[in-house]
Amino acid sequence: MPFELETAANRENLRRVAIDPVSRVEGHGKVTLLLDEAGIVQEARLHIVEFRGFEAFIQGRPYWEVPVMVQRLCGICPVSHHLVAAKALDRVVGAVPVTPTAEKMRRLMHYGQILQSHALHFFHLASPDLLFGFDSEVGRRNIVGVAQAHPDIARQGVLLRKFGQEVIRATAGKRIHGTAAVPGGINRHLAPEDRELLQGQADQMVAWSRAAVDLARRLHETDPALYDRFGRFDSGLMSLVRADGALELYDGHLRLRDAAGTVVVDGVADQDYARLITEEVKPWSYMKFPYVTALGPEAGWYKVGPLARVQNCDFIPTPLAEAERQSFLAYSGRAVQHAPLAYHWARMIEMLHAAEVIRDLLPDPDLLAGETMAGGPRRQEGVGIIEAPRGTLIHHYQVGDDDLVTWCNLIVSTTHNNQAMNEAVRRVARQYLDGKTLTEGLLNHIEVAIRAFDPCLSCATHALGDMPLAVELRDAAGDLVDRRVRDG
Amino acid sequence: MSASHGRPKKGSLPPGGTAHSAKGAQTSATFLLDGQPVPFDEGQTILEAARAAGHYIPHLCWHPDFPPHGSCKLCIVKVAGRHVSSCAMPAKDGWEVESNTPEMNGERRALLQMLFVEGNHFCPSCEKSGNCQLQALAYDLEMTTPRFNHFFPDRPVDATHPDVLLDFNRCIFCELCVRASRDQDGKGVFALTNRGIHKHLVVNAESGCLGDTDFSKDDAAAHICPVGVILEKRVGFAVPIGQRKYDARPIRVVAMEEDKP
Ligand code: SF4
Ligand code: FES
Repeated sequence: MPFELETAANRENLRRVAIDPVSRVEGHGKVTLLLDEAGIVQEARLHIVEFRGFEAFIQGRPYWEVPVMVQRLCGICPVSHHLVAAKALDRVVGAVPVTPTAEKMRRLMHYGQILQSHALHFFHLASPDLLFGFDSEVGRRNIVGVAQAHPDIARQGVLLRKFGQEVIRATAGKRIHGTAAVPGGINRHLAPEDRELLQGQADQMVAWSRAAVDLARRLHETDPALYDRFGRFDSGLMSLVRADGALELYDGHLRLRDAAGTVVVDGVADQDYARLITEEVKPWSYMKFPYVTALGPEAGWYKVGPLARVQNCDFIPTPLAEAERQSFLAYSGRAVQHAPLAYHWARMIEMLHAAEVIRDLLPDPDLLAGETMAGGPRRQEGVGIIEAPRGTLIHHYQVGDDDLVTWCNLIVSTTHNNQAMNEAVRRVARQYLDGKTLTEGLLNHIEVAIRAFDPCLSCATHALGDMPLAVELRDAAGDLVDRRVRDG
Repeated sequence: MSASHGRPKKGSLPPGGTAHSAKGAQTSATFLLDGQPVPFDEGQTILEAARAAGHYIPHLCWHPDFPPHGSCKLCIVKVAGRHVSSCAMPAKDGWEVESNTPEMNGERRALLQMLFVEGNHFCPSCEKSGNCQLQALAYDLEMTTPRFNHFFPDRPVDATHPDVLLDFNRCIFCELCVRASRDQDGKGVFALTNRGIHKHLVVNAESGCLGDTDFSKDDAAAHICPVGVILEKRVGFAVPIGQRKYDARPIRVVAMEEDKP
């Protein structure tokens, strides 16, 4: 059997459970659980097949096409790919820095994306489960169910998302698959009528975002036993931060904090990411496992995304979000909060921050006028890093003298969180797997654990209780004990 | 689809009428285009006469600066039960010509669908999007699906020229660049080679590379490609999608204004 059990001491004695957001069924997630002889989950493997072959599409293409093309590689956060590719290629065309107009237009677009993505995730995908419970009736666990039970929450969620989409449309040109960010700058200004439209709603969005943080916190506080423990594991935290340590989602340097909260690596320039991170290949997975090289694969993996960012920064540079961050820290006694379900709370704090940033940025005159493009000496290589809604996103390109991309490397947020998601699923499976039978309840709990990370997987975009999953249970000899498939 | 067999060569038709030596409108010969009278001068093609009278007939390989080429067949019309290429067919007095009909537009849609699957046309990330005649025609003729299986041909780009990129993936073999380079630029940079499914565009250089020719980004041939093959480098998406040639108005309107002879 080629199936290696790498973390377990006595591999040959382990039984195998595969929960299979199945590779055989398109769009299904597949998780393999490996049991030891005592029936305890020893390891979990989330099999992800979505991130194959990016490079083949990009290499050999002219660099100016890349920011538009990469949006097609991942349907989940196209705006983030669009922006980070443009940032990487700014380096290639020598546009360092880009003009104030370009920087601010892109920043506005990015925070619009953060806002819409966080709103979508929390209200449409997560809130039904959080409000009704993981084992509640499946038919109710969707935004329609939320709308019936909590009409205001559902309505605000829908309108928050719509506002984020409007910000994207106004900056990117289209709601999806815009073309505004180009290597060296931006190809448009904000239209005055769009600014007016957005400014008219900005205060309301801040207020609703505050209410959403409040809701996330109350959920957490009502059931700390669940929220603080469910799938919990300790790990390092990685994200960009601003030079002064502030939360920064568009541009900054890399920082790593260890599980206890001590900053262990700081000030790594985006161009130097490759010196910080190694991507490990494992035979059972298409998706690589990045870790901090200096710490090694065992200790050097980390989590990214809202939960990492909100705790990795020293402060949030907008007052309302910073106040919420303080109460978030106070809740866990200022110890690092590692519970996966706290992602939701952190995500809403970031949504509030995004709403504040958008509100504060909109009056800026550089959005409506000013130079859009910059340039300078050509370079052969460029790295772009952005904090996408789901976490750190890295694009790295090499471009030949003939303007064609010769090589590229993309590390998406979900890849950074690869080990972390496996770990969360393992913890949850340990808590909830009972005997040799895979129950619907177990699938639900695994689904909730995966979804807390908001992975950019097509299976994760289904409504809760609907995530297409397939489950296999195998014994130590590799024989199938149980299997459960759920179609979305 | 019935082919336009026996398409007469230019000038091989008997003169349609003899009465238009004088320039008077009343004496000029006339055909009916979708029921509307279109006057024409002897030797004028259906497409030219229609345009002069303000009627658009779709076209891709036809260009006002060049003699008819007759390869794309987008200009197909129905005359006396036959399908003919209107860009090449001289008009004849009294003809009833059908062009903007469900039948003819269906033929055109099928031709477009074949063009789309024959090359690699990926509009969402194509920098010519919004300026591309193939895409604009597909929108205008309401082509909503590829219908046929994609060929996915392997056609590497030529990036050897410092100022111009060739992305052969999108070539529709209209030969406009061939004609422009030969007849207007006096260079003969491009040629089509092979036939049928193996047909492809080549660069006239021993290496086959555009960088080894005297091609310039100021050549007429550098600006004539109706699709996204011949592209000035480093321009890309400088003009936002939404502000491009065919974004605001359909090709049937733009074409009547832009290339007025
Ligand atoms: S490159 Fe353009 S102009 Fe030349 S034959 Fe191909 S489609 Fe026609
Ligand atoms: S336009 Fe007449 S055949 Fe192409």
